[in-house]
Amino acid sequence: MQATQAAGHAGHHDDAGHGHGPTGLMRWITTTNHKDIGTMYLWFSFVMFLVGGAMSLIIRAELLSPGLQYVSPEFYNQMLTLHALIMVFGAIMPAFVGFANWMIPLMIGAPDMAFARMNNWSFWLLPPAAILLTSSIFVPGGAAGTGWTMYPPLSVQMGMGMDMAIFAIHILGMSSIMGSINIITTILNMRAPGMTLMKMPLFCWTWLVTAFLLIASMPILAGAVTMLLTDRHFGTSFFSAAGGGDPVLFQHIFWFFGHPEVYIIALPAFGVVSHVIPAFSRKHLFGYTSMVYAIAAIGLISFFVWAHHMYVTGIPLTGQLYFMYATMLIAVPTGVKVFNWVTTMWRGSLSFETPMLFALGFLVLFTIGGLTGLVLAMTAVDIQLQDTYYVVAHFHYVMVAGALFSAYAGLYFWLPKWTGHMYNETLGKLHFWLSMIFFNITFFPQHFLGLAGMPRRIPDYAQQFADFNMISSIGSFGFGISQLLVLVVVFKAIKGGPKAAARPWEGARGLEWTVPSPAPHHTFEEPPVFDPAEAHA
Amino acid sequence: MDVQRLNPGLSPDGAAAAHSLPRATGNRRIAAGLLAVVVGSLLFVSVQPRLYRAFCEWSGLYDIDRAEQLATSLIPARPVTLEFDANSHDNGLRFRPETASLAVKTGEIVNVMYRVENTRDVTVIGQAVPSYGPQHAGGYVKKLECFCFKQQTFAPHEVRDMPVVFVLDKKLPDDVNTVTLSYTFFEVPAGSVKSSAAPAESRM
Repeated sequence: MQATQAAGHAGHHDDAGHGHGPTGLMRWITTTNHKDIGTMYLWFSFVMFLVGGAMSLIIRAELLSPGLQYVSPEFYNQMLTLHALIMVFGAIMPAFVGFANWMIPLMIGAPDMAFARMNNWSFWLLPPAAILLTSSIFVPGGAAGTGWTMYPPLSVQMGMGMDMAIFAIHILGMSSIMGSINIITTILNMRAPGMTLMKMPLFCWTWLVTAFLLIASMPILAGAVTMLLTDRHFGTSFFSAAGGGDPVLFQHIFWFFGHPEVYIIALPAFGVVSHVIPAFSRKHLFGYTSMVYAIAAIGLISFFVWAHHMYVTGIPLTGQLYFMYATMLIAVPTGVKVFNWVTTMWRGSLSFETPMLFALGFLVLFTIGGLTGLVLAMTAVDIQLQDTYYVVAHFHYVMVAGALFSAYAGLYFWLPKWTGHMYNETLGKLHFWLSMIFFNITFFPQHFLGLAGMPRRIPDYAQQFADFNMISSIGSFGFGISQLLVLVVVFKAIKGGPKAAARPWEGARGLEWTVPSPAPHHTFEEPPVFDPAEAHA
Repeated sequence: MDVQRLNPGLSPDGAAAAHSLPRATGNRRIAAGLLAVVVGSLLFVSVQPRLYRAFCEWSGLYDIDRAEQLATSLIPARPVTLEFDANSHDNGLRFRPETASLAVKTGEIVNVMYRVENTRDVTVIGQAVPSYGPQHAGGYVKKLECFCFKQQTFAPHEVRDMPVVFVLDKKLPDDVNTVTLSYTFFEVPAGSVKSSAAPAESRM
């Protein structure tokens, strides 16, 4: 332990000699340092989060009352499409890649990511893709208005905004694949001596599985949108019935990517929570081995359940039954994880700092989202609820309260390590409670709307849905505004605040807490000796 | 390679407990394997259209028309006369069907061509809107492909043949023996041109 501390400090002193790289903007453009790149990923994702969030507020403003008030139906469709694409590919995924870049080398005692220059490229592909995606609003015909699923025939008929979305997806896919190759290689080949795979922190485990899901599924999406592109411009008929194709084929290919994508977002969130809950329970994580197997099982099963998004396409009864049971099977490893988190807290010495609050918020709300997922897995029910607000409520419980809350838990947990200062606990707690309350005001009523039959992706609705929609819209404005608080918290922590110790959380374990706060530019240039006391299990 | 630059002092032995390969070589070997997964995944998706078709034919699954076919297979096909008509709205488009009338049977695929000539010196953007006689026969004209699904752009003096492919549903009421399919070409005013034309007609 002391040896590693010393090694960390030695790295810090050594750092002084490295001070002649490019400065200013060029420093960030040319950097190959995993911490710099992680920081850029996190800022990028926060900017995209605000852009996508603003779009969702346009959607909710339109839905505040029945009738068409502020935007045209076409623009509404573009907003909901871009909101989804930006939040999935621009905000949540880069946020967790940012965590991975910052924390994985620190957690496994590696000096940097395996392919540092490729890492730089993975990040710098993102801004062009984001510009392509958002600027498509301004081209003739506007942005893609198909929903993020881009189903043909509508996506074949859209204007050039669709092509821009397709190219943006190509670029984002390349970025994700490069990032994933980097992460897998780093984890498999650059761990400190003594850190076996089964002693590795769970965040690394979740990212290892996530990265495998990414390299297997992103090419599938790239293939699907490329076929769309050739159908649009080069006279092929992959998805056009008139030319002998089948639009349902697109749905199969899309969801063969799309379902693993759900776990690409969820698994790193599980990883963060698996660090935060033990730290604030002052206990080891309960059932480490079962956690690892549950992650692997979720990753594997996620490739075999895709058609549960397609119950109403006329798939035969045998298919419906298989996909229903396979989908329900995912609840088993997920249930194992929830059980283990709860059991980790059992008889723990709990304290409720902001990271823990967000982790607990995640635990409660993600479980609600998981339960509605089980409801939707049932074919007979899903045929009724397909494309209603029940589905919208379900996936916002797992995406926002799942992925976003977990990202906030990670942000507050590791912010002292990144900035060297403790954040303002009062503001952090305020941020949590406002998020928690407004999130539920926004999305809980949407369950009722869906059960009553309100369809999604339509800017107008029948009078009887007016009250719940108004509640939901008011909640969303509150949620949107309260997210700006995190900006205040982060800026305050960057500028100053109480000095953070190397290990600011007494219950936290792992190599990342053996380096000083803020983490020096270069760490673990000599591999540390892994102390089993730092292991998670 | 970058790693080695960052770690000039790192010996393979130092990290031997966790991995047996020197880092740079090991990294490259792992990355090559992962790249193979990516390529495999790309190959997998590129054969999907063929696999999907083969699977559907082999299994008979995804035949979503089967119930419909069972219901309609009991209805015998019967002869119907089709008449084709075309109008344009004083917009310089000369528009006419290439077949005036056709004797067909219900349930068979009908393919007819319409010819459009742009008589003006400017580019014209237009969209054809269908109507049916008798009106309620419209619901039984199941279009597979139609020039009316999209806005069409005609260069100055361009002449173009455009197809409409459809099936006359066997459930066509017995009292209908002649169906008239009439299209009117409207010019789309400049400024409201939309490339994402998805009018109700595209729902067949």
